[in-house]
Amino acid sequence: MDQAKDLMPMAVPALAPAPGGLLRHMLYVLRANPMTLLAFVLLALFLVAAVLGPLVVPHNPLATDAASALMPPSLQHWFGTDDLGRDVFSRVVVATRLDLVISVAAVALSFAGGAVLGSLAGFYGGWTDRIVSRVLDTVMAFPLFVLAMGIVAALGNSVGNIVLATAIVNLPFYARLSRTEVNIRREAGFVQAARLSGHSDLSILATQIFPNALPPMMVQISLNLGWAILNAAGLSFIGLGVRPPTPEWGIMVAEGARFIVSGEWWLALFPGAALMLAVFTFNMLGDGLRDIVDPRARS
Amino acid sequence: MTAVSPTVVSPTGFSPAAFVDVRDLSVDFKTRNGTVHAVRHVSFTLEKGRTLGIVGESGSGKSVTSYALMRILDAAGVIAGGGIGFDGMDIAAASERTMRDIRGREISMIFQNPRAALDPIRKVGHQIEDVLRQHVQADRSNAYEKAIEALTAVRINNPRERYHAYPFELSGGMCQRIVIALALACRPQLLIADEPTTGLDVTTQKAVMDLVAELTRARGMAMILITHDLGLAATYCDHLIVMKSGEVVESAPALELFRNPRHAYTKKLLKATPHGCASVRDLLPEDEAPRAPAAPLAVAKDRTPLLVVDRLVKEYPLKSARSGVFRAVDGISFTVGRGESVGLVGESGCGKSTTSAIIMRLLDPTSGTIRFDGVDVGATPAAKFARSPLRGRLQMVFQDATDSLNPRFTARRAIADPLLRLGAGGEGGPMPKAEIGARVEELAALCGLPAHLLDRFPHQLSGGQKARVGIARAIAVSPDLLVLDEPTAALDVSVQAVVLNLLVDLKDKLGMSYLFVSHDLAVVKLLCARVIVMKGGRIVEEGACDQVLGAPRHDYTRSLIAAIPHPPL
Amino acid sequence: MTSSRTVIVLKRFAQAIPTLFGVIVVTFLLTRALPGDPAAYFAGPAATPESIAQVRAALGLDQPLPAQFARYLQDLATGNLGQSISTGQTVLSDILTRLPASLELTLSALLLSLAIAMPLGILAATRQNTMVDHVCRAVVTAGVSLPVFFTGLALVYVFYYQLGVAPAPIGRLDFAYISPSPVTGFFVIDALLAGDGETASAALGQLVLPAVTLAIFTLAPLARMTRAAMLQVLASDFIRTARAAGLSRRKILLGSALRNALLPVVTTFGMVFSFALGANVLVEKVFAWPGIGSYAVEALVVSDYAAVQGFVLVMAILFVVINLLIDLSYTLIDPRVGFDG
Repeated sequence: MDQAKDLMPMAVPALAPAPGGLLRHMLYVLRANPMTLLAFVLLALFLVAAVLGPLVVPHNPLATDAASALMPPSLQHWFGTDDLGRDVFSRVVVATRLDLVISVAAVALSFAGGAVLGSLAGFYGGWTDRIVSRVLDTVMAFPLFVLAMGIVAALGNSVGNIVLATAIVNLPFYARLSRTEVNIRREAGFVQAARLSGHSDLSILATQIFPNALPPMMVQISLNLGWAILNAAGLSFIGLGVRPPTPEWGIMVAEGARFIVSGEWWLALFPGAALMLAVFTFNMLGDGLRDIVDPRARS
Repeated sequence: MTAVSPTVVSPTGFSPAAFVDVRDLSVDFKTRNGTVHAVRHVSFTLEKGRTLGIVGESGSGKSVTSYALMRILDAAGVIAGGGIGFDGMDIAAASERTMRDIRGREISMIFQNPRAALDPIRKVGHQIEDVLRQHVQADRSNAYEKAIEALTAVRINNPRERYHAYPFELSGGMCQRIVIALALACRPQLLIADEPTTGLDVTTQKAVMDLVAELTRARGMAMILITHDLGLAATYCDHLIVMKSGEVVESAPALELFRNPRHAYTKKLLKATPHGCASVRDLLPEDEAPRAPAAPLAVAKDRTPLLVVDRLVKEYPLKSARSGVFRAVDGISFTVGRGESVGLVGESGCGKSTTSAIIMRLLDPTSGTIRFDGVDVGATPAAKFARSPLRGRLQMVFQDATDSLNPRFTARRAIADPLLRLGAGGEGGPMPKAEIGARVEELAALCGLPAHLLDRFPHQLSGGQKARVGIARAIAVSPDLLVLDEPTAALDVSVQAVVLNLLVDLKDKLGMSYLFVSHDLAVVKLLCARVIVMKGGRIVEEGACDQVLGAPRHDYTRSLIAAIPHPPL
Repeated sequence: MTSSRTVIVLKRFAQAIPTLFGVIVVTFLLTRALPGDPAAYFAGPAATPESIAQVRAALGLDQPLPAQFARYLQDLATGNLGQSISTGQTVLSDILTRLPASLELTLSALLLSLAIAMPLGILAATRQNTMVDHVCRAVVTAGVSLPVFFTGLALVYVFYYQLGVAPAPIGRLDFAYISPSPVTGFFVIDALLAGDGETASAALGQLVLPAVTLAIFTLAPLARMTRAAMLQVLASDFIRTARAAGLSRRKILLGSALRNALLPVVTTFGMVFSFALGANVLVEKVFAWPGIGSYAVEALVVSDYAAVQGFVLVMAILFVVINLLIDLSYTLIDPRVGFDG
């Protein structure tokens, strides 16, 4: 609002030089919003589990033991055991790596593809834009999870195809975002100035526009990672992608679902909670990142 | 034109029974960096039928004062002290319910950027009815007629048709009339006009201000005009107060303030306002270090002008009509001589910015030629011009300094950018990295930018500093022609004065030619010997500045000149 | 004005045609992308080389791609989506009998979600950075982080197993009741139309948990968008004008502000529908809901590809129609649509 704008010149001298300013701003955001701090801690925890998980778990996640099947949580088995006597805790921890790899790979693929397509469409406009937009519209015309189902069903039931399907249905988000972010800067003064400085189109796109469009895309990545995990877990919940006995959160919930109505809640609860926590972490992280990169939140 | 009576509200500024009586008002804003005292101990009074001007630059607290008067401060703002008397009641202590009855019925407000001030998806007539019915000035049966009445009062043609229009269907000036109609619909006793003409074309500005002045006078209302423009304030107000950093530095009758300013800041502001000055040097305060007098402005007489534009046309296809095109630039021809400054003047949409973009080879013309130093630069498509050896010789300073700087580049990197791509002289490839540092510092010094600011990012620089960075970047590769596209439009007058002087100094030192694009004839006159007036894509008048300003031949030029506010000197 | 509005509406309809065509092309390509030999899949697991060749010829898979596409279009035009291996019925009739169940679930969930999300978003926006806002934000983020199948299972565990207040998750109606005669295809409404209150309440009881599950999932984007849109609108100049004109807070909030904030929310609604239709598949599996989602899941398990493809196509067409409706409603709310300044 104008009242704030009116105050701007007063606030300007109070700002420190940039690098310290950003760090200070991050600290401010973290302090003002403890949820973001919590998200960073949880993220570190998940990364540790993904890297070291298989080395530190107390039991072999695949070892069956008929004698101790369907045991509720105890000191021996923190999260209890499943119908084959496997240790749920070990399986949940070991599954972290697979779930993260699937979602990170899918998001990386869709980010790369979406950023390139969207930037070109946003920068050149015209036919490039029309064709790219038409293709994106077609992908978006499907309910996304349904399209992912169709792709995996058609290409074959494998982890690789889960990644591919998740990447394809995610791609329009990045493409649309980068298209908008590039497009609003296409005629910006600093882009015109760069032309006068002798920059070619591609050089302007790469060195002037894209770095400015990146922050909002980073936020999208974080929010999307959560969605990608949910998507992949959802696919394995209905029996696509990962196959038993591989430990994976979605499939573990699916297996545990059969026992909910008879009261063995721990089979589904713990992998489901892990899944939820991971998605929650990425969503919180996205919100926090949004606050950090949002220029309106600064100064 | 308002006839300003020489009588004063009250020489001391205080009277116990004043209609509006602001005493010792302070407003604080709570921000992350602590409390900002936006308004400090401001006092003034205003009687019915009088107009008060609050003048100040951005950040002076003038708008906040008026928001406090209406009690519509942001959630972060609080009235920290003092009192606001209005018609015998205490506004600062009034309940929100009372305030709601006062707003719109007793005190109304009009704003800058009128199109945004109206609900974009509600018919304007309904918006006026909302206000009328809120204050029980109309009921369902007569609301329509009352709204039409309000529209007629602000001289809108075909009010019954306009009633059904949405803001996006109306021009900026028309939207401002609607906002005025809305503000005056309930016949309030006080009108606060917050920069009501900012963002409007100069000729529209005058029409809007004349309408406001006439309506408030006819109804015996009091008015507070908030503006950055001393000339405008003096033209329409009886009494002026000047604000700086939240405080009132001077309060005096308009005439008195102009004739005999007492405070140094008022003097500086007055000097910086480019009305009736002979030289750009007159804009600067007297106590500043004396500068060499600016070189006399001269019309170039050389036979081979630096830039020859011939029958330039730019057409855009219209979206709706199948075969129609819009001619943004309609066959204009002109020249710019070596070392000459030429002004290109017109209102928004006249094609002046399109023309400068084409000359700068950012845009391809539909037809016509552009010869620069004898070379047909128009023959090289804009998309390929980045690699032309002439690229560095044609440079530009942009209108909005903030927008023209990459937010992720420091000032140093921004100034170095053309050097990295084009080299110091335009030819001979990029400049070696080792030399760039020294050259950037030299340029910064030339443009009066302190070296310690070079490592800051744009958002850490003030408007004037950003303008300097933009200028330093433009002259880095020693251009022959510099297009200045409203380089001071976004700046406060005192900063504008400094930047204009910098531009004059640079031209004297470096011998460039300027094409100065502006909507403000008063400013152009200070920098240019020759001026071109554009309207609707065509040149309507061209000639020496003195001649065009002194004896305009075209009606449009006359209306442009008449629209410049003339303070009562 | 009125005639140009008609033109805009017609244009919107015309714009849906290429999208629909794109959807059909993609579905067609998906049918040809089957790993290995599509004919072998369609012939079923017990097929001999002869029967595979027969299927190939019957499906036209031995012809060039454009010819195959023409045939595919022809089949679609006559409503031929193929034969389901598992049920033995045509895919079209299978889907048509199961579609009302899915629609009943999705629509009631979205209604519920809207009824909660809009007031929540408005409340959070008007009380920015207060406790209400923080709670709203936490609830909303938690809601979108919950895997929809997990929420469903948790609700079943608590309300069926522990508390015993909810019926068993075994579909639309307990075996003790007879399905009402179909009018709308929505059990609750049909039972009420038939004047059978008992069946209606039983059907409603079955519907509550899956609908709540789906609503929790779609709550977040709607509430978040409402909040963001309200915040943006409340900070705009015309709200300041309204305040300065003395309009009441209620009128400003629910009149100008909400009407303007509705525009981005309506746009988001398309995306939310996409999520809901996807999540619907998972919810149907958890609650054994006999809709087209669980049909597709069952078909996937037995590699009944014709059924899966039919499902994907029908879902996509449904979504295109929904988006069309959303676009049209947008055109009705926003006078600026179609205006090229």
